Amino acid sequence: MTSSAQANVSSPVRAEKPQRKQMSDMTIRNLFIAPTLLLLIAMNVFPLFYSLYLSFTNYSAIARKAPVWVGIENYVNILTDPQMWQYFNTTGKYTLLTVSLQVVLGFALAMLVKEKFAGSGIVTTLILIPMMLSPVVVGLFWKYMYNPSWGYLNWLMGFTNPSVAPDWLASSWARKSVPGLALFAVVFVDVWMWTPFVMLLVLSGLKAIPDYLYEAAAIDRASSWFQFWRITVPQVAPLLMIAILFRTIEALKSFDLVMGMTGGGPGDQTEVIAVNLYRKAFLGQWQTGEASALAYIVLIIIIAISNLYVRYLNRLREG
Amino acid sequence: MSSVELRNVSKRFSMVDALSDVSFSIKDGEFFVLLGPTGAGKTTTLRVIAALEKQDAGSVYFDGESADHLQPAERDVAMVFQQYSLYPTMTVWDNLAFPLRSPMRNVPQAEIEKRIADVAEKLRITHLLDRKTARLSGGEMQRVAIGRAIVRQPRIFLMDEPLSNLDAKLREALRVELQHLQKTQGDTTLLVTHDQIEALTMADRIAVLDRGRIIQIGTPAEIYDKPASTFVATLVGTPRINLLPVRRQDGSLFIENSELHIPVPTTVPLPEQLLLGIRPEDVRIAAGGPHAGQISLTEPLGVETIVHIQSGRQTLLSLMSGITNIKVGDGVTFSLFQERLHLFETDGRRIV
Repeated sequence: MTSSAQANVSSPVRAEKPQRKQMSDMTIRNLFIAPTLLLLIAMNVFPLFYSLYLSFTNYSAIARKAPVWVGIENYVNILTDPQMWQYFNTTGKYTLLTVSLQVVLGFALAMLVKEKFAGSGIVTTLILIPMMLSPVVVGLFWKYMYNPSWGYLNWLMGFTNPSVAPDWLASSWARKSVPGLALFAVVFVDVWMWTPFVMLLVLSGLKAIPDYLYEAAAIDRASSWFQFWRITVPQVAPLLMIAILFRTIEALKSFDLVMGMTGGGPGDQTEVIAVNLYRKAFLGQWQTGEASALAYIVLIIIIAISNLYVRYLNRLREG
Repeated sequence: MSSVELRNVSKRFSMVDALSDVSFSIKDGEFFVLLGPTGAGKTTTLRVIAALEKQDAGSVYFDGESADHLQPAERDVAMVFQQYSLYPTMTVWDNLAFPLRSPMRNVPQAEIEKRIADVAEKLRITHLLDRKTARLSGGEMQRVAIGRAIVRQPRIFLMDEPLSNLDAKLREALRVELQHLQKTQGDTTLLVTHDQIEALTMADRIAVLDRGRIIQIGTPAEIYDKPASTFVATLVGTPRINLLPVRRQDGSLFIENSELHIPVPTTVPLPEQLLLGIRPEDVRIAAGGPHAGQISLTEPLGVETIVHIQSGRQTLLSLMSGITNIKVGDGVTFSLFQERLHLFETDGRRIV
């Protein structure tokens, strides 16, 4: 970083010399890299380390007070707070449900659209649409579709009287509370949105399996069940693992969908960790120090889980 | 093991006739080779027999019974693919056990273990049994693929260019092994190849295929000594047969663009223009031979030397044993083995 910055500074000086047209390849390379590098340092590297520092301090971004070093107090507070454990629990449930449903449905969809049929290309493209939408937009229009009075979904399901209809995002059905309904409603939207992503990765895996493996299996009298578990799944497994890795990371830090649909409610039924983090950091509380600590805890969890996945993936690859 | 017969099989892919009216029969225990250049329809024939492709017309018979309604699994064939087609995530042992473990077959575990041990020994892959197939070399992979075919007793072995992805030395070694295996087990085998040496060395009978049609069926000797057309004549034999345009005149055959001429070797009436085929080993360089020429090139191969003899504007290849001291530019005399001349119509059909 420093060397490139120096090169950047020294190049105009060199330009004054007689051999001005001869800017060395090194200088040009550094000139091209420098803006990106500076931007990265300013927007990524610095905040990363600064927030690490802040996580050990008592600090509020809107208070006109310098951060006060408090050691690991923020971490201790978070990890001993039963409320926080409940949010972690919600996030875990959310992750487990969305990822497993996405894997099963994505795999099934991929198997379906792998076969060539009239219009299979257009069907594949249509299936991919949810994935390309902005999560905030998806959250908003599903919020409308879930609406008990004039939502499209209840109407489709035949509930025309709001007083006996489910109010999905409020976790109630016919005015009675059904705990967990809101979480499932949000999970459903996440699955709707991200199943195509899993499908896409699995599909590319499926298409790469050579036909002769199936032909050999057919001649060897393998049943289609056998073929699926012994050829299809192992061959797709590495790509499927990548899909699972991506989806797990995304689900653990999922924020926009939940925030757009429920804002963590009703009560704190859908308060996943990222929503809570946002609340701590910006919504009224402005506990920058504690929020930083929470962010680091989430980061460590994600890194740990990703590591497990990557290790497993490498084992798969080695065969 | 069974006999297999194809009757008038035709197969069309969108624009090309892959097979047209192909008929042949493979006897029980026979090593039958389909020989032909790329795109001749060899692999399609194999896939039709395995039921991986459905023919448009004609029938496939196993032991005299039509097998047209049978699926690949029911035909009870074993196939070795050109690309090895091992199941990549399994060990060698599991790959060999795969066809036996099929729920449709129900082989007891002890029997599976015994058969795999047998096959592994036969193919000398016992030390590889615990390995994952992704870590094998090409030769080892193909051995395992062959092992997977012979671990059960199918009605016929179908081999689709099993040796063509191997390097020359390995190909030669495995060729001998395959032949030995087939002879000791008496398996009905259909092997597809574009390599005439494989065909000549291994086959009991060869069918030569060109653009979806059977050109000739016969023993290696028949194919080599009595090629049905110039296509077959040039397909088998290295170095390639000498094919020379000739003119018949007054009881002699005059080779165009050269001073060579020979007496008409047959009593069969001949057209005026025809093609003369002489295998290089039938062109003998010898002192006092009736024909004269000049050496234009020599290719010493060790065991033998290919000598290019120029006469007029024609060049004849001759095969001499060992390494010769004949130099480029030397004048030589030679004789042509009169009884082993091949005569073809100008369109390629054999006359005698």
